[in-house]
Parts: sequence; structure tokens; C-alpha cells
Amino acid sequence: MSDDLTRLTASHLAGLLAAGEVSSVEATRAHLDRIEQVDGDLHAFLHIAGDAALRRAGEVDRLRADGADVGPLGGVPVAIKDVLCTKDMPSTAASRILEGWIPPYDATVVARLRSANLIPLGKTNMDEFAMGSSTEHSAFGPTHNPWDLDRIPGGSGGGSAAAVAAFEAPFALGSDTGGSIRQPAAVTGTVGVKPTYGGVSRYGAIALASSLDQVGPVSRTVLDAALLHDVIGGHDPHDSTSLDQLWPSFEQAARAGAENLDLRGIRVGVVRELSGEGFQTGVQQRFDEALALLASAGAEIVEVSAPHFEYAIAAYYLILPAEASSNLAKYDSVRFGLRVTPEGGGTVEQVMAASRGAGFGPEVKRRIILGTYALSAGYYDAYYGSAQKVRTLIQRDFDAAFGQVDVLVSPSAPTTAFKLGAKMDDPMAMYLNDITTIPANLAGIPGMGLPVGLAPEDGLPVGIQLMAPAREDARLYRVGAALEALLEDHWGHPLLDLLPADFGRHPAGADRIVPLPGPGTEPDGGTH
Amino acid sequence: MPDPTAITAEQVQHLADLARIALTPEEIEHLAVELGSIVDNVRKVTEVATPDVPATSHPIPLQNVYRPDVIGEILTNEQALSGAPDADDGRFRVSAILGEEQ
Repeated sequence: MSDDLTRLTASHLAGLLAAGEVSSVEATRAHLDRIEQVDGDLHAFLHIAGDAALRRAGEVDRLRADGADVGPLGGVPVAIKDVLCTKDMPSTAASRILEGWIPPYDATVVARLRSANLIPLGKTNMDEFAMGSSTEHSAFGPTHNPWDLDRIPGGSGGGSAAAVAAFEAPFALGSDTGGSIRQPAAVTGTVGVKPTYGGVSRYGAIALASSLDQVGPVSRTVLDAALLHDVIGGHDPHDSTSLDQLWPSFEQAARAGAENLDLRGIRVGVVRELSGEGFQTGVQQRFDEALALLASAGAEIVEVSAPHFEYAIAAYYLILPAEASSNLAKYDSVRFGLRVTPEGGGTVEQVMAASRGAGFGPEVKRRIILGTYALSAGYYDAYYGSAQKVRTLIQRDFDAAFGQVDVLVSPSAPTTAFKLGAKMDDPMAMYLNDITTIPANLAGIPGMGLPVGLAPEDGLPVGIQLMAPAREDARLYRVGAALEALLEDHWGHPLLDLLPADFGRHPAGADRIVPLPGPGTEPDGGTH
Repeated sequence: MPDPTAITAEQVQHLADLARIALTPEEIEHLAVELGSIVDNVRKVTEVATPDVPATSHPIPLQNVYRPDVIGEILTNEQALSGAPDADDGRFRVSAILGEEQ
């Protein structure tokens, strides 16, 4: 039974908990056992809550037994990306500079999970400060893809995606600055949503690029993403960019989508610029098949053009480093985080430079220096200023497209999961991987990634991305849930039923290019 | 238009000083090459950023956001110092602000 509980969706598990057929302690223990069993291979977690999770689960069980209303997700376990502040667990953003740091407060989204009586299982691995597309830039070692341990789980939120795909958690929180929720979803066969900018509070989310960052759900089904989004979303006075408005129930939108598979009247726009050259054959094939399925359900498929998308990566890799270089100035070795004193002492400035030199990894240094360059006198207008203009042009492309269609679609990522190490020596090649996801962040619109099959050539997951106008997140859940239902009817089962039980482990002697994480690679020293 | 090609080691050293990051000579050499390649790629933004296009700094247009001028939920002194590498008498403790030559 213990093993079976980890295979359930969050909504199914919530039903069993509400019916009293399963206790939260049982559900939480099942997931902790699963983590114990498989996380040595995957390294999806940087910190595991362990006994603290079981204690909290016991409390929720008692509340329920006493007749209290514990909410629709009360007692369901959840994993949390390490970019989010948790006052009872280290919050490191996978950086040495924050190793062991326990914040004095919870991120708003974490506080909302706790109020909804969800059970935090632990903190998931990521690229350092969310800078990366593979989780290889984690200071504490990469996460491995459960479909093939030699491959990347995507990034920056590879830990959350791998944990959910490998049944270590029913769902998780992620953050998405340029695709860090949607691209890992694509390469692990899971669902991920980047909400409208401002739809979910960023308070207590360790900032990367403040005009792009957005927290969102990571799950195995569209309905589970909706349930989690309903918990974390909505206005937060602590975040001045949080949208002060009411949101519809995303759960209801997802349920409505799954129940009504008649898509007549829905116009689906295919972005011409996000296909063709650079897109893997099997990715394109599964994407085209998903479009055919939508069409067979009555949706009208229209090709649309977004001529400025080809400038999106260039604009993004100016805006993001510029904002990051400013945001990461807070790691000054004074108020929190690592302090390294140079030999023989030094001034506070020298201590700061030594601490940042020792505490930041290569990608973080690269982006801070790039951002400092882009913002420096003489270059500001040409680089940062021009990038902000491109942002306007991309928003206009979206406005024009959404004048013709209800949702836009593209492959979530140009390829399936690449091998660990394949792009580590070529930062620009890594950046180009984000072409499909970055436009939505630049425009602030919501995007959802969901699985559409396995690429025939390598047997690895392929994702489709749906995009909707700002504040129209519900549309993603309605159309996404319909597409998911159509696909699962067609397959006869969810895609993750095909996940290899041995995680595609290669025969002994196969070349493993990245060492497995070992003791001492955890931010808390591996002691949990 | 800035010179697109050359990012020198001296420039990287200067940027690292501005960003308060101590880099090794190897890191500086490496970064000069990598930044050159990245900047070559990202400078294409100038191709379409004509004077008639307004800049967008924030994805969703917002007005200034105010709140009542009252004390909100704040950290205690102890909480604020809880993550500090060094603290004394309720304050953050740092090494010398000025060097000897200053």
C-alpha cells in the first residue's frame, strides 16, 4: 500500500484523505520512503523534511479527526523548490553563498501551503539562483532525469520536476524566469505552469530577475497544477507587483476542460517562428500529432507569426543579467550568508569580494559580470535600453496573435533531455535552448507545459506549451485539461506509466560523465 | 555603437571590481572569451530597437503601490541578526570600513 500511495495524483490522494481511507502520516511516510529509495540516484532534493513532515502530517490527521476543516488538500505532501524561503528548512537557491541559511520568515506561497495544511516534504534542487536550463549549475551537484539518469532533468527547476516525475512527491512548487517550470516539465513528462506575472506572490522567493520571475505549480496532471495554483495564487500586500484582483477557480477550469472535450469554437495559434530548424524531429512529430488531436476535437488551428521572437533570447540575456546583478548585490557577507575573510584580513569591501568570489559558482559570476557590463555607462542605451524595446515588440507580437486566436502553442523545448555535461562548456548553446519559453516571461503572459508523448528516436518525453493572454490563466487550464484527456484516451494511460522503473539505468560500464552526489554535497552537510 | 568584438581581461577585472567579486586570473581570461561570444549574440537587439519603439521595463503596467504608513509585520532584532555571519550587541559586525592607505 505504501508504494501505491506515491503513484496517486494529488487530487486522488486528497479524496482518500478526506474520506478517511488514508492518513496523512501514511501518505507522507510513503513519499519519504520513496525519496529514501530513489533520491540517491536522482538527487532531486537538497533537504528532506523527514520527521518534521511526519509530525506535521500527524497534526493534520488529528485536526481532521477532531472534525476541523483542513481544506481540500489538507494532509497532501508537497515539495518546494529551494528558491523559496522556508523558516524551518535551509533555503539556499542551490548556492554555496547561502549554504545552511534558514530564513527568519516563510515565502508567502509557502505560508499559503502551510495554511492549506499541505505537508512540505523538503527542498528541491535547482540551478544556482535559478540560472540555468539543466540543474547542472547547482552548487550541490546535478539532478538526474528519471527517464534516463545520464540526462538533464531541465532547469532551473529540475529538482521539482524530477521529484514529481519519479513519484517522490505528488506535486511541487517551482519558479519560472525564462522557462524554469515549463522546460523541466517538458523533459520529464510532467505538467508545469508559469502564471501571469503578478498572479502569484514573489515575496520570499529569492529573486533572480524581478520583472520576469514568477512562482508556479509543478505536477503530474493539469488538475493537480490547478489545485496548487488556487492555493498559492492571489493578491499579496507584501509584493508590490502582485496583481490586486480576484481570480477564477483554476480547479473548476481544469475540471470543465476535462469534462467537455468538444473544442469547437476554440482557436489555437501555432507560432511559426517556434518550429523548424533547431527543433528535433520527434519533438516536432509529437507536437504536430497533438495539434491534429486538438483539430479532431473541433479546435481551429491557425498559423500565426511572431516576427520579433527571434530577438527574445538576446533581449532576455541582457535584461536578466542586468536585473540579477542588482538583485544579487544583497549577498554582501554582512547580513546573512557566507563570509570569507582574505588571508591577513581586509576591509569590508575586500571581505565582500572574497566572499562572493568563493560563494558564487561560474554561471552566477558570468551573469553578474554580463549584467554589470550591460548596465555600465556607454553601453546602457545600446544594450539594456534596446532590450527593453524588444520587450515592447514581443508584447505587440503577442497582442496581434491573441487578436486572432484564443491560445498559442509551441513545443515546450526544442529538444528532448540532453546528456548531462553536453552544454556545460558552451553557455550560449545552453541559452539558445530557452527560445520557446522566454517570450512569455518577457511579455508577462501565462504559459503551461504538458506532455504529448515520447520522441520515437530516443524514447524521451516531449512537451507542448500553451500560452494565453495576461490574466487568462484559466484558459490554459481549460484547454490543457482537454488536451490531456484527449491524449490519455488515445494512449489508454498517463504518459508517466511508461517511466522506466530503473530510470533507464545504463548497463554496468556505461560512461557516466557526472559523479553521483555523495555525502557532503548537501547544503546541510547531508544530515537532513 | 560600442565595439562588439573586444572584451579585454582588463575590462572583466574592472567589471568584477564594480560587482565586488574576487576572480582568479584564470576566471578572468575565461570570462573575457565567453562574454565576447555572448555579447556578439545579444547585440542583435539593436537591429530592431528603433527610436520610435518605447521601452518596457515591467510586463504588466502598474501604478505606484502604497500602503498605510503604519508598522507592519516586521522581524525582531534577533530574527534580523539570525543569519548574520557576525553580530555584536544587536548589530551586524563587519571588519574595517577603511583600509590603511585610506
